[in-house]
Amino acid sequence: MAGSGWTDPRPLSPHLQVWRFHMTMLASIIHRATGVAMYFGAFLITAWIVALASGPEAYAIADVIINHFLAQIVLFAWAVAVMFHLANGIRYLFWDGPKIGFDPNIASLISIVNFGFSVVAAGAIYGYAVFAV
Amino acid sequence: MTRKSTPMGSVRGLGSAQAGTEHFIHQRVSAIALAVLVPWFIFSVIHATKAGYASALDWTAKPWNAILLILLFSAALYHMRLGLQTVIEDYIAKSGMRQALLILNTFAVFALMAAALLSVLKIWIGSGV
Repeated sequence: MAGSGWTDPRPLSPHLQVWRFHMTMLASIIHRATGVAMYFGAFLITAWIVALASGPEAYAIADVIINHFLAQIVLFAWAVAVMFHLANGIRYLFWDGPKIGFDPNIASLISIVNFGFSVVAAGAIYGYAVFAV
Repeated sequence: MTRKSTPMGSVRGLGSAQAGTEHFIHQRVSAIALAVLVPWFIFSVIHATKAGYASALDWTAKPWNAILLILLFSAALYHMRLGLQTVIEDYIAKSGMRQALLILNTFAVFALMAAALLSVLKIWIGSGV
């Protein structure tokens, strides 16, 4: 576009019809999915702090719910989601700020590292909470 | 007040939507805050909740923890409001449903913010520390 003020080419929108499947695509999809999942997780965290502010009876109910094994699965899944969104989000900051990591192969590699990190970090958090503290 | 910018000026700066990179930048600034606050919260809350109600209450009542909790909830709720707004705008093309969900997103986030921040403040102020 002649006469427009942009100094660098604008990014093109990634689209399922023009892009073959690759790890960075999967990371992008999972980033969005974990973001939406944590949106609903925020209701649970808020419920916990409201229960704490409401008194010992309300907190006791919250405590029983949290210690149920289904809630523990949700909590672990939440930890995986948070750790992935954190790691992958930091990668986005490197993309958007200093523009580091755009090479397709490096981007794919970082995507795989982020997947691995999220599961390992969530496992470490869960293990720390159950066994170390 | 009369507008001093020409139509071309407003289009260059913000575009026809009257909003430019503000959403993008706010999403990233709140992300930087959360990259610090979330690891603190996870590590801290594990210790705080280990010994039950009294220890969780003591933890929240400490001024530094209350301040960081208020910052955490503010940044997280702001960040997730921006994020879900983008998701709604991307996937919901139907006008009425799109507006309804965007409004619901705003209401949900403000409801959570009121509930979470008042809970932290109640515990903090109630403790008298």
